[in-house]
Amino acid sequence: MEILSYLINGLGLGSVYAIIALGYTMVYGIAKMLNFAHGDIIMVGAYLSFFAMTRFQLPVIVSVALAVLGCTILGVVVERLAYKPLRQATSLSVLITAIGVSYFLQNSAQLLWSSSTKVYPTIISNGAIKIGSLSISYLSILTILVCILVMTCLTLFVNKTKTGQAMRACAEDKGAAQLMGINVNHIISITFAIGSGLAAIAAVLLCAAYPSVSPTLGSMPGIKAFTAAVFGGIGSIPGAFLGGILLGVIETLTKAYISTQLSDAIVFAVLIIVLLIKPAGLLGKKVSEKV
Amino acid sequence: MKEKLAQMFQSKNRSRTLSFGLVIIAYIVLEVLLLTGNLSSLFTSLLVPVCCYIVAAIGLNLNVGISGELNLGQGGFMSVGAFVAVCVSGVLSYSIPSPIIRLIASILCGAIAAGVIGALIGIPVLKLQGDYLAIVTLAFGQIIKSIINNLYIGYDKNGFQMSFVENKLALAEGGKALLSGPMGATGTDRIATFTFGVILVLLSLLIVYNLMYSRNGRAIMAARDNRIAAESVGINVANTKMLAFVTSAMLAGAAGALYALNYATLAPSKFDFNLSILILVYVVLGGLGNMTGTIIATTVLVLLPELLRSLQDYRMLIYAIILIVIMLVTNNEFLKEKFSKLRLGKKGAMK
Amino acid sequence: MKFNQLFKGGLAVAMAATLVACGSNGSTTSQSTGGETAGNSTAAIKIGGSGPTTGGAAVYGQAVKNAFELAVEEVNAVGDVQFEARFEDDAHDPEKAVTAYGVLKDWGMQVSIGTTTSGPGQAVSPLYKEDNIFALTPSASSLAVIYADTANASNPYGSVFQMCFTDPNQGVASADYLKAHTDLGSKVGVIWKNDDNYSTGVHDKFVAEAKEVGLEVVYDGTFESSTENDFSVQLTQAQAAGADILFLPIYYQPASLILTQANAMNYAPTFFGVDGLDGILSMENFDTSLAEGVYLLTPFSADGTDQMTKHFVDEYQKRYGEVPNQFAADAYDCVYALAQACKAAGITADMTPSQVADALKAEFTKMTFDGITGEQVTWNANGEVSKSPKAVVIKDGVYVGVQD
Repeated sequence: MEILSYLINGLGLGSVYAIIALGYTMVYGIAKMLNFAHGDIIMVGAYLSFFAMTRFQLPVIVSVALAVLGCTILGVVVERLAYKPLRQATSLSVLITAIGVSYFLQNSAQLLWSSSTKVYPTIISNGAIKIGSLSISYLSILTILVCILVMTCLTLFVNKTKTGQAMRACAEDKGAAQLMGINVNHIISITFAIGSGLAAIAAVLLCAAYPSVSPTLGSMPGIKAFTAAVFGGIGSIPGAFLGGILLGVIETLTKAYISTQLSDAIVFAVLIIVLLIKPAGLLGKKVSEKV
Repeated sequence: MKEKLAQMFQSKNRSRTLSFGLVIIAYIVLEVLLLTGNLSSLFTSLLVPVCCYIVAAIGLNLNVGISGELNLGQGGFMSVGAFVAVCVSGVLSYSIPSPIIRLIASILCGAIAAGVIGALIGIPVLKLQGDYLAIVTLAFGQIIKSIINNLYIGYDKNGFQMSFVENKLALAEGGKALLSGPMGATGTDRIATFTFGVILVLLSLLIVYNLMYSRNGRAIMAARDNRIAAESVGINVANTKMLAFVTSAMLAGAAGALYALNYATLAPSKFDFNLSILILVYVVLGGLGNMTGTIIATTVLVLLPELLRSLQDYRMLIYAIILIVIMLVTNNEFLKEKFSKLRLGKKGAMK
Repeated sequence: MKFNQLFKGGLAVAMAATLVACGSNGSTTSQSTGGETAGNSTAAIKIGGSGPTTGGAAVYGQAVKNAFELAVEEVNAVGDVQFEARFEDDAHDPEKAVTAYGVLKDWGMQVSIGTTTSGPGQAVSPLYKEDNIFALTPSASSLAVIYADTANASNPYGSVFQMCFTDPNQGVASADYLKAHTDLGSKVGVIWKNDDNYSTGVHDKFVAEAKEVGLEVVYDGTFESSTENDFSVQLTQAQAAGADILFLPIYYQPASLILTQANAMNYAPTFFGVDGLDGILSMENFDTSLAEGVYLLTPFSADGTDQMTKHFVDEYQKRYGEVPNQFAADAYDCVYALAQACKAAGITADMTPSQVADALKAEFTKMTFDGITGEQVTWNANGEVSKSPKAVVIKDGVYVGVQD
């Protein structure tokens, strides 16, 4: 029974990682860049929803919607100002710019909203469903459900809609997509918008589970989710989902049964082993080299 | 004589001469200022760390710029070098009173240890490419940090004591705790000097330039530019990449060792992901494959936050904006054309 | 065309920066006054300090900076001693702390409140000794801040004094307190942060002392900064081990998460913390009912009713819009203690830092000080403070002193 409850905790944590990882993986798949500022978009989402709920006393749903809207706009603005001019530059230049954006967002948050930690309001009651001796908190259920919902919607969107098809085309070959009449810049903006919107949802779920809001809130989940995205095969949407869930479960089980001190080291060691066996990640595509 | 001089400024050697010249002139100027008491405490305190960052960045540039592998774990190698050096220096302090010998021994040990770890990691990891290599080196950096965070090493008259996860050290009278988990090293003898820092910078330049313009170096760059073509002409790509990776790790180890011996205390958390990223920023801003650029970019970026101190709490914000603007400006096609005539020795870039 | 775009981009970034600058004016009013707050600079003693005002640990540095500037202004208004204050950012990094020290030295610092946090403190302590500048640190509590040889607590630097307890002292005091008060519970669980200096310091001595006095520790679990939001595993295991006291030698941010998560899983042991836990009640939007019945061994409580504490808390809130935490209180006391010592030792602005240091070292070892973090505070020659920690319990969202 004990292992089941750890497993469910791990699934909850993993679901949050998965949603964040989706943002990383989509941006990587289409813009071919590691957006290290993604974690800080989460932080902004957390602050936006926090202020909406506490300062303006808005209902939870409205606050979440506002946070999603705010992050979407922020994501698009950042893309336009900082990344778009670098479309022709090397991937490293974009990486460094993303790091600059990350510093910028963190320091702005500290100046605007002070560095002291704020406590996120409760958005779902503390109760739990009891099955025998096993208790599953409502929050875990909600988190897992939201993650599945997001995953399903995203898969449908990418596979069934015209924009989704255009996104896949861009991911495959930007040049060819452009020749087919797809507005690549537009698609990249949409990708950033979706990724950032997802970051806001992840922020709300993250803060609901761990109600602590500070300017550096996004860094660690950001790195973990990035790891998860690579784990599952970066650029792959199901891969991000799988990677996130696995990472959460491994992290929780390691803490429970091996060592709380070394859980981080073990998670990263597992990642290295997976990459050595499957160099493109669990579900990543092995691209054959063009000669 | 005249011929020799002309040779020094030939295109191939120009960048080399420029780097060495720059470092030596900077050293002479700073040393004169220092000896005449005209250098402020602030700048004096920055001399050694700047040297450390330059050495680590030169090493990383070899890895990222010349060999074309994105490495996000340079901090991890620095960490290995740093803590090995602290231990070596701590142990040697009983037997060798001369700080300069201890310094050299510690830095050598630090560099070798980092090189060995680099080789161990390199064997499996260099099979991966691009961003996957990046994430594995990042993961490695995190693992190193996590391990050192849980490592306790002590030394007393009965020899070494070591424990992992829990602090079980029971040191005899006069014993020394070399490493104490998250506290890292405390009470380290500060034996690093600016002169030695500059020597280390010159040494690393010598190593990297010699490698770059050697047969191996050309093989490394060929493997970077086109792996398949390089293999087809008989270059062992895995070996050449390994050479660059291990040299880079050793330089990082030496840099970490020098850094560790410049402060009384050093915590494992110093060498985290952010530090690896910071060094990467120095390399990219300085120009991939451009060692002179790396030296200048490192110096400027280490000094920048200090020069922005008058902005109080805004300084890191301004720093971030400057970073973004620099990236936008240097990658702007229009300006690039204008500057391209002025730029020196820019060799290739990572794809 | 391209240039035009770049220009627009640059302009937009600059505009964003301006917007941010405008937005923050309201929340941090003291920025414009900056470091140099003193009135009469000709006869003022230059007092410096450093702490993280940017980065992840900024909350501590900001608190110290605020209280430091507030106290200096108050001291100057009284007029016995005139201080000129300057506080530099060290980003909680030993390297930056050493450069910050360089900046302060270039400025002509005569006396210092040292560093805010321990790691940086350990790096600059030898410099204070070398240059013979006196420092009284508010909150750098590690033993290595005052001793060069930490393993044996010997070879003190001599010129660095502490306003706060050392970490080991807190561990010992907590174990002794729990042993003496078995009514709180008898089986102790500990959750601590294993990559944090402070937490490790308190924990190690607590466990050692618990063994000594025969206190039963049934669970000993850790977390680190990369896993400091999810405590479900540790709490489940502590509960399974039957811990009815949970000792939390950690800062209040992770502690607030532990309280929330323990509540969610209906685990209600007696929570017991040390000074790092102070500040938990003033977290914005914290549900104080979660902290009901939490015990703290802390030298300062913002809800204290004495005249000095009330005055400090009111002034601080008026100026910075936040309830001061223990870091702020310690910094406030530092300035007053230094002012008292400077006055008693007859220190003037024209003395060299070294002369000031010699006089202050002599003065501090013989004086007693009454402040908001303790009464009858004294120091020994190594720089260790002696004051009595007060046990408080949180009742109805406020601290209530515990009668022994």
